[in-house]
Amino acid sequence: MTQKLPHKDAVIIGLGWTGSILAHELTDAGLEVVAIERGPWRDTGTDFSITYAQDELRYRIQHELFLRPAQITVTFRNNAQQTALPVRTWGAFMLGNGAGGAGVHWNAETWRFLPTDFTLRSHLTQRYGANFLPSDMTIQDWGVTYDELEPHYDAFEYLCGTSGQAGNLKGTIQPGGNPFEGPRSRPYPTPPMKQGYGHALFADAARQLGYKPFPQPAGNLSQPYTNPLGVTMGQCTYCGYCEWFGCANYSKSSPQTTILPVLVRKSNFEARTECEVTRINLDNTGKRATGVTYVNASGEEFEQPADLVILCGFQLWNVQLLLVSGIGQKYDPSTGQGQIGRNFTHQTVSTALGFFDKDKYNFNPFVSAGSIGMCIDEFNGDNFDHGPLGFVGGGYMGQVQTNGRPIETTAVPPGTPAWGAKWKQALHDNYLSTINAGTGVHASFYAYRDVYLDLDPTYKDRFGRPLVRLTIDFHDNELKMSAFLTDKYAEIIQRMGAKQVVKQPRKGPYDVTQYQTSHLCGGAIMGNNPGNSALNKYLQSWDVPNLFVQGATAFPQNAGYNPTGTVGALAFWSAAAIRSRYLKNPGPLVHA
Amino acid sequence: MPDRRHMAVMALSVLVACAMLGLDGAASAAGIDKQDFDQVEKGRYLTIVGDCAACHTLPGSGHELAGGRPIETPFGTLLAPNITPDPQTGIGAWTDDEFVNALTKGTGRQGTRLYPAMPYTYYTRLTRDDAVAIRAYLNTVPAVHNAVKADQLPFPLNMRWTMAMWDELFFRPQTFTPDPHKSAQWNRGAYLAEGLAHCGLCHTPKNFLGADSNGQRLQGYNLQGWFAPNITNDTRRGLGSWSVDDIADYLKTGHNQMTTTTGLMSETLNLSTSHMSDDDLKAIAVYLKDQPGEKSEADPEPDQAVMKKGAQIYADECSGCHKPDGSGIPALFPTLKGSPAVQQTDPTTLLRVVLRGAEAAGTDKAPTAGAMPQFGWILTDDQVAAVITYIRNAWGNSAPPVSAGEVHKARQMLVERSD
Repeated sequence: MTQKLPHKDAVIIGLGWTGSILAHELTDAGLEVVAIERGPWRDTGTDFSITYAQDELRYRIQHELFLRPAQITVTFRNNAQQTALPVRTWGAFMLGNGAGGAGVHWNAETWRFLPTDFTLRSHLTQRYGANFLPSDMTIQDWGVTYDELEPHYDAFEYLCGTSGQAGNLKGTIQPGGNPFEGPRSRPYPTPPMKQGYGHALFADAARQLGYKPFPQPAGNLSQPYTNPLGVTMGQCTYCGYCEWFGCANYSKSSPQTTILPVLVRKSNFEARTECEVTRINLDNTGKRATGVTYVNASGEEFEQPADLVILCGFQLWNVQLLLVSGIGQKYDPSTGQGQIGRNFTHQTVSTALGFFDKDKYNFNPFVSAGSIGMCIDEFNGDNFDHGPLGFVGGGYMGQVQTNGRPIETTAVPPGTPAWGAKWKQALHDNYLSTINAGTGVHASFYAYRDVYLDLDPTYKDRFGRPLVRLTIDFHDNELKMSAFLTDKYAEIIQRMGAKQVVKQPRKGPYDVTQYQTSHLCGGAIMGNNPGNSALNKYLQSWDVPNLFVQGATAFPQNAGYNPTGTVGALAFWSAAAIRSRYLKNPGPLVHA
Repeated sequence: MPDRRHMAVMALSVLVACAMLGLDGAASAAGIDKQDFDQVEKGRYLTIVGDCAACHTLPGSGHELAGGRPIETPFGTLLAPNITPDPQTGIGAWTDDEFVNALTKGTGRQGTRLYPAMPYTYYTRLTRDDAVAIRAYLNTVPAVHNAVKADQLPFPLNMRWTMAMWDELFFRPQTFTPDPHKSAQWNRGAYLAEGLAHCGLCHTPKNFLGADSNGQRLQGYNLQGWFAPNITNDTRRGLGSWSVDDIADYLKTGHNQMTTTTGLMSETLNLSTSHMSDDDLKAIAVYLKDQPGEKSEADPEPDQAVMKKGAQIYADECSGCHKPDGSGIPALFPTLKGSPAVQQTDPTTLLRVVLRGAEAAGTDKAPTAGAMPQFGWILTDDQVAAVITYIRNAWGNSAPPVSAGEVHKARQMLVERSD
């Protein structure tokens, strides 16, 4: 029997980055807030102890921090002609779980999107003409502009202590920074990280080729930092255990290191962990959320009534909850109608390995960090002329070799046997002298009519809800882009002095077992009218105005950057609108 | 015609009013007026300074000051009494004089003796005005009916009259008298530190009967599995290297440029010192900075082989956070170089923090609450001894070496302690 709990002002589903930010903002506004989190509570001192955090087998190979597919998973297929099957081991992307969410296990590459990324369709159409875009490409403008988001990017970076070199301060280009970035109102809160030999060599080669390299904006802090909430972070020790791991040194930006210590002190905040929300409840009009239903670890079901529901789960689970709760119209790829599940996107990652003379080069790859690296942005977004190239999109590229961890740092030149004494010798000879950036080229994934999410007709989760089904493949535009960018990247690696360069452009079909990034986007996108989006520019549901959906779920398509900076900025932007306007006059913030 | 019933009601009202006046009259005669905001507010503040809640509120009970918390002493465990205004189980029926006597003389009602776990040996310095203000505040907290049998000690200590002998030996009732040769700030600090704030209850060594060893005032004491450090002005082991502001910051926020609070002091910080006024904290700091410590000479240099081994472990396990030079990170990772906590004669706290780990206190002004992980499960007794000996003697530090045997004993102590 469902137990009905006392009413709260706001219920937050999921306590990752966006859940923590919204909980902080709404409790500051005086609301009684409860966050309901599927996974466990996690603290740096107890859960990511320095005495065992750097364990590649435990965390990278065995996925200890991640959601267990037996608890909930997804089904996958490349196209509508195939039958989707359940994913039983995470591969192409990793799904976080517990307090801090994916903010625990990320690399902390903290980028801003380009101003033109937010007006993508208008911009590309204006520059190249309406016929330049593939007919089935469904990219669109966000409804929010870079200038509107700038103060909120700033707020997220100052929360995180991001280490970087400004490239554009209030319109003035700064030496050593990214000259393509949008104007920022002030410098990064902390200076860029120190770069390793391989990273510095990449920057030299890039300069020789006429590019303007700059240090990647990093949430692995270059120096100790106390954020505006009074929370102190340590200095990165360059241990190289960031992505897939919790940071043991308090030096990677995460909800744990920036915001949760303040949140847990608030009397009007409560977190219920190991509680999974099974649906968002609506009143009989279907236009107002009355709260959520969730199940705790003992299998007991509760109803939590609330005036405001903030959906802050990972992108896939947000879309599943919207679909199973009957919120909005589900997307139909045959007609293009319906918004929930539409414009699902991921990332197009590729690289080129560089093998160097072991007697001349020693890169010490184990001295590293998740967001270290020297990058160039000449081939991102629309920073270059796509006219002659026949594709749109792009990405940043760089020597962003984040680690030299023993199990997976095993690149050997082509032709080496796959095992045995010769393999061991080749590994020994190449470990220190190979450039092996996991995401050397980090490029966009634009939206298409036939790439989408819906509910699987066959497979159900433990509550009997249909699993969310991924229908996704690479399109020619992205494959062409990947080949072009990987060539450009390989030129730089070659210029560094590599004796052999092995290009690894992204090839189709989309493979759910091969890790790319965990940057899944879309499915309930933001936009300027209910005909082309699920959410308005403040991340408010067009259909249920007391529901806000946070995170990359709202991205109309994915840009050539890591998404978390934009996820954080949108969370602050949405929170500001709730605080300054919605709470005073609850209702639609944009009238359709 | 006047309505008789109406008259009767009026008469009754007058009677009730008189009765109420009578009650009020009794209270004002005793100096307490529930509407006296100044007095109640002063009492509330002094109740915080005295950290009454630390013992008299059972954590998690939701009943402020209703007693029942076990108080661990070297002689056994006591349960702190209910000090809410409940007339049957609290102190609601006590007269003000009975209350003041309990607080400042250690006598209960009908002349029974209190156990000196109740720090009347410190509270005796309180002025009567302050004591009555505390009573005035306690009258305002919700009365909770909660009978507590305080006395849980074994024979013969369960006979409270034995405490009269203890008082005879060790207790001198004495209201604080200011030292005319010292500043008003110093005197305020002395009044608080030696009185209501009762710093010495934890920080002064005790004799075999649990009374303060007056010759070693504030030089540190081992209790409840921790070593409450030396807080005299001793340069090596005390507060000598800290400024007045460093001490006040520490007491206010749990942090200063060098260190961070953990252990039993975290609770004192959260319940008491972080809520005290900046002026009072500075006054306490000024007073403590004027307390001469022991004459702590540098200890003899430890075995170089042990130091070398300790340095290697330090580089591998500790230097990432505490830095290779022991300088740490302010407000997050304590400075080990020059740290009094590291150089205490008694290494109990250090052993405990290395073996079991520890969490720093979070406060509104310094919410981070960083944690030291456990190393007990990855380091052997020899290794722990070496690394502790190293940090106690590196970078100009000096303190007696720690042996593997001491580490072993500390491990055993921790097995028995769940706190």
